[in-house]
Amino acid sequence: MKIAIIDYGAGNVKSIEFALQRLGFESELTSDANTIKAADRVIFPGVGEASSAMHMLQSTGLDRLIPSLKQPVLGICLGMQLMCNHCEEGDTKGLGIFDVNVVKFNTDLKVPQVGWNTIFNLKSDLFKTVEENSYMYLVHSYYVPIHKNSIATSDYGLDYSVALHKDNFYGVQFHPEKSGKIGEQVLENFIVNSNK
Amino acid sequence: MLTKRIIPCLDIKNGRTVKGVNFVELRDAGDPVELAKIYADNYADELVFLDISATEERRKTLAKLVEEIAKHINIPFTVGGGISSVEDVALLLKSGADKVSINSAAVKNPKLISEVAKRFGSQCVVVAIDAKQIEGNWKVHLVGGKQPTDIDLFEWAKEVQELGAGEILFTSMDHDGTKAGFANEALAKLSEELHIPIIASGGAGNVKHFEDTFKLGKADAALAASVFHFKEIEISDLKNELKSNGISIRI
Repeated sequence: MKIAIIDYGAGNVKSIEFALQRLGFESELTSDANTIKAADRVIFPGVGEASSAMHMLQSTGLDRLIPSLKQPVLGICLGMQLMCNHCEEGDTKGLGIFDVNVVKFNTDLKVPQVGWNTIFNLKSDLFKTVEENSYMYLVHSYYVPIHKNSIATSDYGLDYSVALHKDNFYGVQFHPEKSGKIGEQVLENFIVNSNK
Repeated sequence: MLTKRIIPCLDIKNGRTVKGVNFVELRDAGDPVELAKIYADNYADELVFLDISATEERRKTLAKLVEEIAKHINIPFTVGGGISSVEDVALLLKSGADKVSINSAAVKNPKLISEVAKRFGSQCVVVAIDAKQIEGNWKVHLVGGKQPTDIDLFEWAKEVQELGAGEILFTSMDHDGTKAGFANEALAKLSEELHIPIIASGGAGNVKHFEDTFKLGKADAALAASVFHFKEIEISDLKNELKSNGISIRI
């Protein structure tokens, strides 16, 4: 099993590598197109600001590579947001994998949302053995509205998509690598079940 | 529903936990990784590591420790203490820290906040503010609270939010170490005037103090050290009691 973690200068990606190690999987941090294409699973992380992250993807051609991948791909946090059509943050055109726009929380609650929130309406094998209303760790100011590709919901002033799935592409807004044992279960499910 | 966070803080010197930890299950009482793991397994929501060493080797030692922590801990953690440049931040994030906490350096050079936020995102920037009341006014203090300034707590908090801080860790020097409760009045004012999360620090002595800081102080998270290290409060008991008192808590 070859797992590639796309490295395009986006913040703390070591934690994903370490989480996979704890699960017994080796992975490779890489920006090399051939290595990514040859991997059995691809993880597309992302923290930081949308438009600068998109610029980094464009400067290396990863913006064209990612939508063309055929193996299971998991976008995490900003990675998932960049897989959508458009991000309000920095008025950023996304990769267009999920046909939905990412918008800013418009709420009296604190923004960014920082901390542990519940996820529910769980669909797909990504959440196999994960119980409804499990807690996941989130940090974000922008969200994906409920959409036909939603496979999990959370609420922060309103219900929104906290995970997406379409064909071989998966996205999670929460950080599975930072969400305790349940988060690790989601990562393991992606590695083990996503090709079924 | 988003939950309130409970955050144990570990003081680190030369890569080791500073004395004053009372855990019988620890094989090595000075090993920060082992202690952190116990907290993570007991439903701490996040951890803060505060480096208080002053050696020239500190940066390298700390980066190595951060990598060890990231390898073994599956919850978010913040690293602080003596961070004064974008390079310091880059090294810690690259080693696996989720957030950094910047204190005195931010006061001396506020641009540091915006530079770090721009390069790595606001989500990793915690600005730590130590303050105490002087003639009824909350004034920011530097160097672990030893050096007073003329800067008003609330003005400074608003400025760091504008500069791109993702969260504020507010320690009341008037309450720190007293075990008489958090500075709830100032905390509530911060929470009302700002839109980023506020972490309460200084004064935790019992479970009621945590309940008060969430209800009266409107804090988003509460940080404490000795009450956890000496097992005066077990995190699981604390969280159960908070939950039964109507506070949104992860158990």
